Order: sequence, then structure tokens, then C-alpha cells
Amino acid sequence: MTRLTPFNIVSLTLGFAFLYIPMLVLVVYSFNSSKLVTVWAGFSTKWYGELFRNEAFLEAAWVTVKVGFFSSTLATILGTMAAYTLVRRARFPGRTLFSGMIYAPLVMPEVITGLSLLLLFIAIGLDRGVLTIVLAHTTFSMCYVSVVVSSRLVTFNQSLEEAALDLGCTPFEAFRAVTLPIILPAVAAGWLLAFTLSLDDLVIASFTAGPSATTLPIKVFSSVRLGVSPEINALSTIIIGLVTIGVVTASLVSKRAISRRAAEERAAET
Amino acid sequence: MSAEFAPWDEPDAVPLIKVENVTKRFGSFTAIDHIDIDIFPREFFALLGPSGCGKTTLMRMLAGFETPSEGRITIGGDDMAGVAPNKRPVNMMFQSYALFPHLSLWDNIAFGLKREGMEKDKIAARVEEMLKLVQLGKFAKRKPHQISGGQRQRVALARSLAKAPKLLLLDEPLGALDKKLRQETQFELMDIQERTGTTFVIVTHDQEEAMTVASRVAVMDHGKLIQVDTPQKIYEEPNSVYVADFIGDVNLVEGRATAVGEAAEFVWGEGQPSLVGMPGGGVQADRAATFAIRPEKIAISRDEPEARNRVHGKIIDIGYLGNLSTYHVQLPTGAMLTCEVGNRSRVARRDFTWEDEVWLSWTETAGMVLPS
Ligand SMILES: Nc1ncnc2c1ncn2[C@@H]1O[C@H](COP(=O)(O)OP(=O)(O)OP(=O)(O)O)[C@@H](O)[C@H]1O
Ligand SMILES: [Mg+2]
Repeated sequence: MTRLTPFNIVSLTLGFAFLYIPMLVLVVYSFNSSKLVTVWAGFSTKWYGELFRNEAFLEAAWVTVKVGFFSSTLATILGTMAAYTLVRRARFPGRTLFSGMIYAPLVMPEVITGLSLLLLFIAIGLDRGVLTIVLAHTTFSMCYVSVVVSSRLVTFNQSLEEAALDLGCTPFEAFRAVTLPIILPAVAAGWLLAFTLSLDDLVIASFTAGPSATTLPIKVFSSVRLGVSPEINALSTIIIGLVTIGVVTASLVSKRAISRRAAEERAAET
Repeated sequence: MSAEFAPWDEPDAVPLIKVENVTKRFGSFTAIDHIDIDIFPREFFALLGPSGCGKTTLMRMLAGFETPSEGRITIGGDDMAGVAPNKRPVNMMFQSYALFPHLSLWDNIAFGLKREGMEKDKIAARVEEMLKLVQLGKFAKRKPHQISGGQRQRVALARSLAKAPKLLLLDEPLGALDKKLRQETQFELMDIQERTGTTFVIVTHDQEEAMTVASRVAVMDHGKLIQVDTPQKIYEEPNSVYVADFIGDVNLVEGRATAVGEAAEFVWGEGQPSLVGMPGGGVQADRAATFAIRPEKIAISRDEPEARNRVHGKIIDIGYLGNLSTYHVQLPTGAMLTCEVGNRSRVARRDFTWEDEVWLSWTETAGMVLPS
């Protein structure tokens, strides 16, 4: 490692400033006692209190988490199955067509995906609510899961599965006992990605949400259109906090796993 | 291997594996070309051949991972068409080992036993036995990435042996081991085979290994079977120049067969005396032929010997290999012959030296006359 040169220092500062100053402004103003977002009038936590008394926001947050959990779980199951079939059971007619089709939603404009889902739900007479958002989110995040999992599967030595078959497993047992444990990190990454995408989504959710269920992004977006309120700043600060905690936990967990493996290795040697 | 074990010579012996006219194509490429083999119970059958000749492909068809494009494979009398790998009485040790990276060595070896629904303490006993066999007992808790390549190979071997299958397919089981461990494991394999009566099909690049362990050796080339015979016959009576050249060292001389009967007469080179050898590979009179003679069957002398086959030449090069010396002798036609002489006395008694004029000779049954 070489020492930091003035050039390094400048580029680092600029880069981080670019990334974090907007968030910093948001966090600072969430503690503003004034109702006017742009005028500093002293420190206060009253907007947090307001936020927690705002039933509509809490309801929307709960819907978002529910939708995220169910849609990402469903997307992970379907996406993993699709990836496994497309990468492994490689020889069936129309395989190229299918693998092209599964990735199409990646490049499809969200508006179109949302609109087509809306039309479908109307056509089959499904009332818009949590269920329709879950289905919609599953549809578009499944292909992301499938991309992540299949990139792991192509580097996976197929003779491992053959060895499992050879030792008496049925194809399903071989998948469960050998393939799944080995690709599990990729499956988990796919789940997290799907969950994040679902939390993030505004466009598709606004097509498929109904009066009975609204997600947080829709709620925030619609209230911002009536003017930015300090409550939104408070909400955003909480989200930033949660994300930070999530990232820190994830890195701590993986660090722990690495040191545990090192310990296992030492234990195995004695 | 006892001397009388030769079921392939008994007309009413029932083969364990019958490979009948099997062809395997990958697209337009033919990996296995109309192969017929019978492998008998308790055999130690070795597949030998250059890289890419289809050895692994043949094994994979026996294990059920590839389907023959043509032909039929039966194991124990049952047609294997449409029988899934997990339903075959076969275990395979993979060339790439295919150890499960997320499981400890112990669990790798126990894997197949657990699928069988064996009792816990029986599994434990069997796994311990296998670990002891491959001398890896103290590494039982390790994961495959924490051991060396040779150790991994032994785990793969132990895992395939654990279920005590009727038929065991070993794809280059000992390639990564050093010479001493390889010999030990070879004897271990033969011992296992004798104790359990398992039939082994083994792929190897190492002809010495094939010679040591095998009851019969199949030599393959470009998806075809060239010769299937006992190691001794493969060495002493190759049916083609290809086999003679592939197994061990051999001198090859181009010429023509003149008379073929009990023995074959062979003429070559201007002004050279004719040679006599055993006919092989369906050699015919008045056709181009090759004379094949192993270096250790040639005697070297300064005076003209009595033997039927003798040629005169000049020593070009001498190699000292410890237990034996090799002499490279150039004949008047320009052809080179190599002869090998054992060094029985320790004192280097340099009988011959560079540029010496010498006679090379061998008996009438020592060489083979083969079609070119
Ligand atoms: N799945 C496949 N698709 C296309 N060609 C294949 C396939 N598997 C094997 N081949 C070809 O078949 C031929 C025989 O391969 P195989 O693996 O049986 O060789 P091998 O005798 O085991 O060689 P080695 O000694 O190097 O292991 C090779 O030319 C190989 O490229
Ligand atoms: Mg091979």
C-alpha cells in the first residue's frame, strides 16, 4: 500500500461528498423544528413523533414489508427453479427461446410491465390489493433471481450432481442434498436483491396497488407532490438508519463466518 | 490373480457386463465406434488408450450418465436402456473426484450409505473402515478444500468403495498419487477385489499400472477397441503395430512378409538377411508388414552369433539406467535398433563402447510380424 497523495485525498473527498451530502442534508432537516423544510429553526424530534402517529404511513410501511417478503420468497423459488432448468436440463426444444424470454422483463420498461399486469388483473377480475402487488413484484424480480442463480450454476461442476445420483439419490434428492447447499449463497443474494427491488419499486406498484393497499414509495411520492413535509425527512432518516444497520450486520455476519471457517480449519488439523 | 481365472475362455461363463455394438456420437463426432466387450464377474478390467479416445465416455455409459446412440448395454443380464444412474448396481469414481465441497470427508464417504437407509452405527463403522483403508482417519472432519490433491483422490476412492457395489468404475483412480502410494493403493485395490469379489473397470494412462492390476486390458484408439486380452498377451502378442507401440518399448522395422505359416518370414532393406518371427494381426504373405521386437529380447555380442535372426551394426549411443543399459545400434540401412541388457554385476564392465561394431540377435519366436 502506498500513502495517500493529495490527489487521492481530493478525489476521495469529492466522491464521498457527491454520494452523501444530499442524504446528510435530509438527515439534518429531519431534526428541524420548523415546518418549513428549508429554514433551520432549531433542533427537535417532533416530526418523528408525528410520523409514528401517522396511521397511513405506518400502514403503508407494513404493506411494503409484507409485499417485499412474500414476493421475494416466491420470486426466489420460481427464479431458482427456472435457472436450474435452463442451465442444467439443457436439452429440450425451445430452450433458447425460453432463456431469452425469462430475461426479457429485465429490459422491458416498467411502465409496460405495470400496465400489462393491470390489464391482466382487471381481465380476470382480481381486486387490486396486497395480493396483486405481490404477484406483480414476483413477476419482475423473478428474472433477477434467475440471473444471479444461473451465473452461479454455470460455474458449478455438474459431476457433483452426477456423483450424488451415482450414490443413490433421485434427481430431486441430489438437488436438495448437493446443489442447493452449494448454491445457497447465490439464492440468498437473489432473495435480498428481489426484496430490495420490491421495497424500491414505485412504478409497477402504482399500477397494481388498489385503494385497500398502498406501499410506502407510493405514499411518499404522493405526499411529496403536495409539498415536502419534515415528516418525510424523518421517515427517510429512519430508512437510511435501517439500511445502514442492515449493511453493517451483513458485513459483520460474513466476517464472523470467515473467522469461524478459519477456526474450523484449525480444529480439523489437530 | 490365480492362474486359472480366465472366464473369457470358458464358453458357458456369463458376463456381468455385455456391451453390444455400442456407438456414441456427440453431434457429428463419434466418440465410441461400434464397441463389443464382455466383462466377467470378479474381473479387473483395464481400459487403456491415449487422451480423448473415449475411455471416460464408455464409463459414463456404463454408469448411466450418457445413453448409447446405438447398441445395447446389459449389466447382470438386465438391459440398462432407460435405467437411471441411481437405479444401477454401479458406483463410479470420477476423474475429477466430484467430492461434495460443503461436506466433511466423513460425510462425503457416508453420503451413499445414508441414501441406502443404513443404520447409524453401521454407517459409522463402515466410514471408519474406509477412512482407515485410505489412511485418512485423522482428517475425517476436514472439508475437501483443506486436503491435498492426492488425499482428495483417496477420499473419492473411499466414497465409491463404501457401498460395496457389484461393479465399480474407476476413472484414473491413482493418477495424482506418488509412485509409492500408487503401488500401495494398487495392491489395496487388488486385495479389496479379492476379498469382496467386486468387478472393477479401471481407466488408466499408466500401462504399467494396467499390467500390474488387470485381469484383462482393452487398448482403445479413436473410439475403437483395438485389442482386448490378458496383460501378458497384449505385451507378447500384440495384434497390431499400434498396440505393440502403445504398450512398452518396441523396435519397429518396415518391410514385407514373404511366407506366413507357423512362423512368418520377413524381408527388408537391401542386402539384409531375412528375419523370422511369429505372425500376428492376420498378416498376409506378399504384403507390407512391420517387424516388432522388444529391446529386452535382443542379445548383443561382438562375434557373429548362431541365431536365426541376426543383424550387424554400430553402437551410436549408450544409456545407463541403473538396473539396465540400453544400446542404440545403427544398421547399414540407417535403421536404428535399441537393445536392453540387464546390469547384473555392480562393477561397470564396459564390454561395448561407442562406435563399436556389434551383432544383434534374437530367437525365432521373440519378434512379431504384423500388418503395416
Ligand atoms: N459431452 C460431450 N460433447 C461433445 N464431445 C464430447 C463430450 N464428451 C466427450 N466428448 C469427446 O469425446 C471424446 C472422448 O472423450 P473422453 O472423455 O471419453 O476421453 P478419454 O479417453 O476419457 O480421455 P482422457 O484420457 O483425456 O480422460 C473426446 O474427443 C471428447 O472431446
Ligand atoms: Mg477421461
